[in-house]
Parts: sequence; C-alpha cells; structure tokens
Amino acid sequence: MKEAVIRIKELSKAFGSNQVLIGFDLDLYRGENLVVLGKSGSGKSVLIKCIIGLIDPDAGSINVLGQDVLSLDHQELDHLRVKLGFLFQSNALYDSMTIRENLEFPLRRHSIQLSDRETDDLVMEALENVGLEHTVDMMPIELSGGMRKRIALARTLILKPDIILYDEPTTGLDPITSLEIISLINKIKEKYGTSSMIISHDMRCVKLTADRLAVLVDGKCKVVGTYDQVSRIQDEDISPFFN
Amino acid sequence: MPLLPTNFRIFLRETGEIARFTGRFFVEGLKPRYEFAEFIKQCFILGYKSLPLVGLTAFIIGLVLTMQLRPTMEYFGVEVQIPAMVGVAIFREIGPILTALIFAGKIGSSIGAELGSMKVTEQIDAMEVSGTNPFKFLVVTRTLAATLMLPILTILSDAIALTGCFLGENLYQSLTYNLFFRKVFLNLAYIDFIPAFIKTFFFGFAIAIVGCYKGYSTERGTEGVGRAANSSVVISSVLIFIIDLIAVQIANIFQ
Repeated sequence: MKEAVIRIKELSKAFGSNQVLIGFDLDLYRGENLVVLGKSGSGKSVLIKCIIGLIDPDAGSINVLGQDVLSLDHQELDHLRVKLGFLFQSNALYDSMTIRENLEFPLRRHSIQLSDRETDDLVMEALENVGLEHTVDMMPIELSGGMRKRIALARTLILKPDIILYDEPTTGLDPITSLEIISLINKIKEKYGTSSMIISHDMRCVKLTADRLAVLVDGKCKVVGTYDQVSRIQDEDISPFFN
Repeated sequence: MPLLPTNFRIFLRETGEIARFTGRFFVEGLKPRYEFAEFIKQCFILGYKSLPLVGLTAFIIGLVLTMQLRPTMEYFGVEVQIPAMVGVAIFREIGPILTALIFAGKIGSSIGAELGSMKVTEQIDAMEVSGTNPFKFLVVTRTLAATLMLPILTILSDAIALTGCFLGENLYQSLTYNLFFRKVFLNLAYIDFIPAFIKTFFFGFAIAIVGCYKGYSTERGTEGVGRAANSSVVISSVLIFIIDLIAVQIANIFQ
C-alpha cells in the first residue's frame, strides 16, 4: 500500500463571503508528482499555502509526514518546513541579496549547523542542479525570468526536502523555458526521490509532470486519476482543460 | 444609514490597525530570537546613508535662516543676537522637525515601498517558509534602527545647521568659530535641548512604524506599492507635527 506523505481531509477556507475550499480531500503519495489542476482563482494556491502553514484554514485537517500541521506551534512548524520545499509563483527571490545570499538564507535561518565550507558546497550543488553556477554572485535583477525561476528552484532544493510544493511553476514563461523547468521538476524527482504537489493550469506542464492529476472544481476535488484517465472524462468542468 | 461618515470610519479603522501593529511590535520585539545583524545593517542604511541629505538640508537652512534674519535684526539693532536666536530655533524646533521630515520623505517612503514590494512578490511569505519570523526580521529591526538613528541624525543636523549659520554670519562680519559658539550656547539651557532631543525618538518610531505598517499591509500589486510609499510619507509627516505639538505642551509644563 502506498504511503501518504500529505493527507488532506475536509479542508475548508473562505475569504469573507467567498468560499474557496469546501471539504477538500486529497492524498499525496511518497515519490509521486501530483498535479492539482483548476481554473484561475479556484483556490489552488490557497490549498498549498494551507499545507505549508502560510494560511490557516477554517476547518479540516492537514497531515504532513505524520504531523498535524494545524496543531503545530511556530517552532514545530519551522522544523517541518525544513522537509517541505515551496516554489513560489513569483519566485520570491530577495531583491536586496545576491544569489549566494538567497540560497544561504534558508540554511542559516533554519539554524542548521554548517561550516562556511559546507554551506558553500550546498549552494554550489543546488546551483549545479539548475545549471546556473555562474550566477552565484549576481543579483536577482540581473537574471531573466527563466533563470530566476531556476534559482528559486535551487533555493527550494538546498534543504533537500522530502516534499516540494510548486505554485504554478511555468506561469509567465516562454514555451522553451517552460520546458526546461518541466524537465528540472522531473529530474529532481528522479535524483532525490521527492514527492511533489504541482499547482498548474498549463496543460503541457500537467501532461509532462503528472503521475496523478486532481481537478479542483468549486472548492472540491472533483476527480483524481492519471492524465489519461482524467482526460477521457466527459464533464463540463473537466473537458475544457483538455480540448 | 451609518452613524459615522465613511471617511471617518476608514480613519478610525486605520488608526486601530496601526495601534494593533504597534502593539505587535512590542510583543515580537521583546521575544527572542533577536536579529542583531539585520538591526546593525538597518542602522547603517537608515542612519549613515541619510546623513548626506540631512546634512545638506541642515546646512542650507542654517545659512538661509541667518541671511533672512539679518535685515530685521539690523533694523532693531540687535544683529549681535543672531547666533543665539538661530541656535535656539535650531535646537528647539527646526533641527528636530526638519530632520524628521527629511527622514520621513526618504526613509518612510523607502520602507513602505520595500516592504510593499516584498509583500506583493511573496518575499515575506518566502521568509516565513525559510524559518524566519518576517515581522521580527523586517519590522522590529527597521523600527528600532529608525528610533535610534533619528536622534543621532538630529544632533548632527543641529551641528551642521549651526555651521551654516556661522558661514552666514561671516558673509557680513568677521566672527571667530569660538566666539560664534559662545554666543550660541550662552543663551541655551538644557530645557531647550533635552525635550527636543527626546521627541526625536518618537518621531523616528512613528516614521518607521507607519512605513512598516503600510508596506506590510500592501495589497493590489504594484499599484499598492506606490500607494504604500506615498501614504507612509503623508501619515508620518502629519504624525510628526502632532507629536511635536504634544511634546511642546509637555515641555512647557516643566519650564
């Protein structure tokens, strides 16, 4: 039986009168890429921000690696976040820091005891993974959109997390750069055996990365299955994604 | 029909939010972990890097004030009192207010824009995910640095303004540095300097906390960033005058 690394039960979240998630259920299994597909504004980003503890849901439970996220205090949540990487839609690189400082930031802030040499080695390894070793002393503003995305991915990877949450990883990128990011996502899964939840509405990204696919409709998980299974479903909410 | 006009309700709500934000500053600021490295960095950015602008403005004001006063003082035959008069004006009011307003324009807007931009580009969320309390790292350090740096800048600005005044005096008569400063300090008492110095801590605190609040609560993308920078300057400038008014009333009790 497959081991669930993330288990979401009856998750609900509303912003004022706007009910975004209504009794949402989903499991992410160890070593898989699970894509959550949904329209813009359907609550996909809210879902993964709830998982990482950036947004408090109104009801339901989220279990990550055996820990109930909603019952953790701040310190326990920080410990859990070491094992939980997050790639932000806007990359969220710190403008005032160099690429090296950006990558060192999670290492230093999570109070991981490392020598300068070890920190440097980890930074270079993360940059090698995304093929951008030469940018180590540059500022984020000097990089293209695709390079910034890869650096953000390197920063997510630096703690070697068990799970990575990707928030629309290919949004705003040209088709070639988008393909590079997709192949990096797959490479990371193969190399580190990470489990990933990928939020996307880019169908090429969905097709090329998804081991399983969940469709979010009206705040609920309407269907879960492989790409082929879901693409064959004739439904007014699901079919438009594949046509 | 609502009991209070909409704008007044917005004003009250905003005041309440700023008060709550200030309360959170004290709660978070007292708890470890303390961000000393970031605090020192912010002292350098907010204090040292503001000195050229503050210094230039203070020098010009000292010089212009002296030149503007001279005709009137000469008319009454008391031009010998110009250094004393300028000294009192600079120490009691012009130095602190001018420095605070320049500081609000430069630092208040930059804090509002920086934090606002960090908010809309998810950098604040990224900090939290990276095991950092962003409120402590961004707000507490900047507010403490501004609270500490503005009084220091004010002392330097007072000294530079007096240098401007000295130059202004020497355009019309030959006056030694020694004699000039003797004239300035002969008419100054501690009561002229101390309340004015104390209020600059409050000015610095108000400028930073408003800038941080506006940046931290930015919404609606880049448009919101511009609005945060702008309203930081407007609100903190008004607050400077309100604090000044209160400070003067309190200082008068002890005179």
